[in-house]
Amino acid sequence: MKTLLEMSGVSVSFDGFKAINNLSFRIGEPELRAIIGPNGAGKTTFMDIITGKTRPDEGTVIYGEKSISLLKMSESQIAMAGVGRKFQKPTVFEAQTVRENLAMALKNKRGPFDVLLYRKTKRGAERIEELAEIIGLTDALPRVAGELSHGQKQWLEIGMLLAQDPRLLLVDEPAAGMTPAEREHTTDLLKRAAKKHAVVVVEHDMEFIRRLDCRVTVLCEGSVLAEGSLDHVTSNPQVIEVYLGR
Amino acid sequence: MTRTFLTQNRSVFWFLLALGIFALIVTVLSDAAGNGMISTSFVKTLGKTLCLMLVAVAMDVVWGYTGILSLGHMAFFGLGGYMIGMWLMYARTEIIVTESLLAAAIPPTPQEIHDAIGTQIFGVVGSSEFPAIWIFAHSFWLQIAMVVLVPGLLALVFGWLAFRSRVTGVYLSILTQAMTLALSLYLFQNESGLRGNNGLSGLQNLPGLDDVPQATLSIAFFWASATALGLGYVLFAWVTSGKFGSVIRGIRDNESRVRFLGYHVEGYKLFVFTLTGIVAGIAGALYYPQAGIINPNEIAPIASIYLAVWVAIGGRGRLYGAALGAAFVSLLSSWFTSGAVPSVPLGFYTIQWTDWWLVLLGVSFVAVTLLAPKGIGGLFDLISTRHPTPARVGDFGPDTGARRTAEGEEEK
Repeated sequence: MKTLLEMSGVSVSFDGFKAINNLSFRIGEPELRAIIGPNGAGKTTFMDIITGKTRPDEGTVIYGEKSISLLKMSESQIAMAGVGRKFQKPTVFEAQTVRENLAMALKNKRGPFDVLLYRKTKRGAERIEELAEIIGLTDALPRVAGELSHGQKQWLEIGMLLAQDPRLLLVDEPAAGMTPAEREHTTDLLKRAAKKHAVVVVEHDMEFIRRLDCRVTVLCEGSVLAEGSLDHVTSNPQVIEVYLGR
Repeated sequence: MTRTFLTQNRSVFWFLLALGIFALIVTVLSDAAGNGMISTSFVKTLGKTLCLMLVAVAMDVVWGYTGILSLGHMAFFGLGGYMIGMWLMYARTEIIVTESLLAAAIPPTPQEIHDAIGTQIFGVVGSSEFPAIWIFAHSFWLQIAMVVLVPGLLALVFGWLAFRSRVTGVYLSILTQAMTLALSLYLFQNESGLRGNNGLSGLQNLPGLDDVPQATLSIAFFWASATALGLGYVLFAWVTSGKFGSVIRGIRDNESRVRFLGYHVEGYKLFVFTLTGIVAGIAGALYYPQAGIINPNEIAPIASIYLAVWVAIGGRGRLYGAALGAAFVSLLSSWFTSGAVPSVPLGFYTIQWTDWWLVLLGVSFVAVTLLAPKGIGGLFDLISTRHPTPARVGDFGPDTGARRTAEGEEEK
């Protein structure tokens, strides 16, 4: 398992508040990793740094075989390099159909002229059908995404993430608003993706994490508190104190 | 491809059909056809309106589709007018000057002719030297290229600076207002080289076509404007349909999400801003020969605000809405401000519509924004089934206890 992403010594503060404090993190490919931590532990900021939304004050973020630094790249360049993100709150394009949402996310050239001259291909259409099948929205393809239920929007966003075919998937609370059966389905999907790629899942639900059956990183006050198997970290007294004990 | 494009964009077909029928009717009823039902000046008004519709369609792509409320697009429109105006003035003055100089005993040298043209054009601002920006004015084709290049370059440079600093929302609107204001103030100066507040005039007289009556010219320009509107409509319908349209609507609704999908949002905004700037320039180049005169007042900030009002009243986010809004409001505006509308005597006060028209426009703008955000274009939803309420797909709930689809059907 080779390292895909390595963060070291990353710190970021907002108006004096240290959201991330000397954080170091490494994930290989393929690997499935869960991140837990209390509110305000810096989970979302962590993802913001990787995807280029937030610039850290110090530290390095190195990605891929060529060890490129993500800190000098724009959000879109990082996304094109293979980092995909699913947001905590489902953010799909509500005014557009499910098909359009998926088509936009589909892995293709992204330049304005490429997109302007883009012709629908049979392969693209098949890929959309295939994704719709996976996320259970085949019937909903022509529907406007705004009409979907919260859970369906979650699915659509997962579909969009898969459509990008990223190497590193950052998934923020995928199971929120889902029925138990759907959660199981999500677990399967993430596990399947983690056979080839690197998947980072941020989740609050312990049951969900137990089902993922992977290494767990516990974040607290912007740095790593513990790392290891779920049983290992949950038996850590510090973890119990800051997170589980309450 | 054309066929699928037209079937997917029905409005294009209907718009072109309506435009063609309208153009034919106007032609048949015009002075040029010897009929005289429509006066030449009204044909010009209609031709100008078509140009305004074109710039409104462009504005709709910038604002309604991409979500950039540009309040500076009339600057590009005006620049296009100035560019064509420079050639029109130069070429016509050249003909007049050459004729008068040929009467002299010694034939004039090209330099003498050039100087005489300069004196004729710039005498009004107390100068006779040609400013550097007139360097291409002698050539029709070069100046036509300037119609595209000058607004295009301004839009490109301005857009690049604004978008790369991620200026959005109301700040960007203010910036575009500042741009058009600065440009208009600059052009007001005599030193700007475009005759200051006098502007360029006599543009309705095409060089070498003095024998052609204005009635015929007005119809020619009317058709040229209609063609430009038709082509512009197809161009923008193509741009806003398909995947590109999907991406720019995504940018309008959630810019950062589009970024995280890997699209370079700034590049898209710059593309749309520049393309619409160029189209606005072309629309201006067709408008001002029909208007006959252009001066820096035409690119005052208020002009671009009017443009936004037309699009808002017509209905954002659909091209025909913007076109109809521009036509409706600008024609209504010229009717009200012409003094042809009877005043309303209230006893204690008489409402003169020439003064009160702006109040009426302002009130209707607020009313449309609050009560009918879809604008005039929204009326078409009443007769169209393009956006049907989606039928329920599947059962009412996930588990077997929920009502079945069939039960829902029975209740209908």
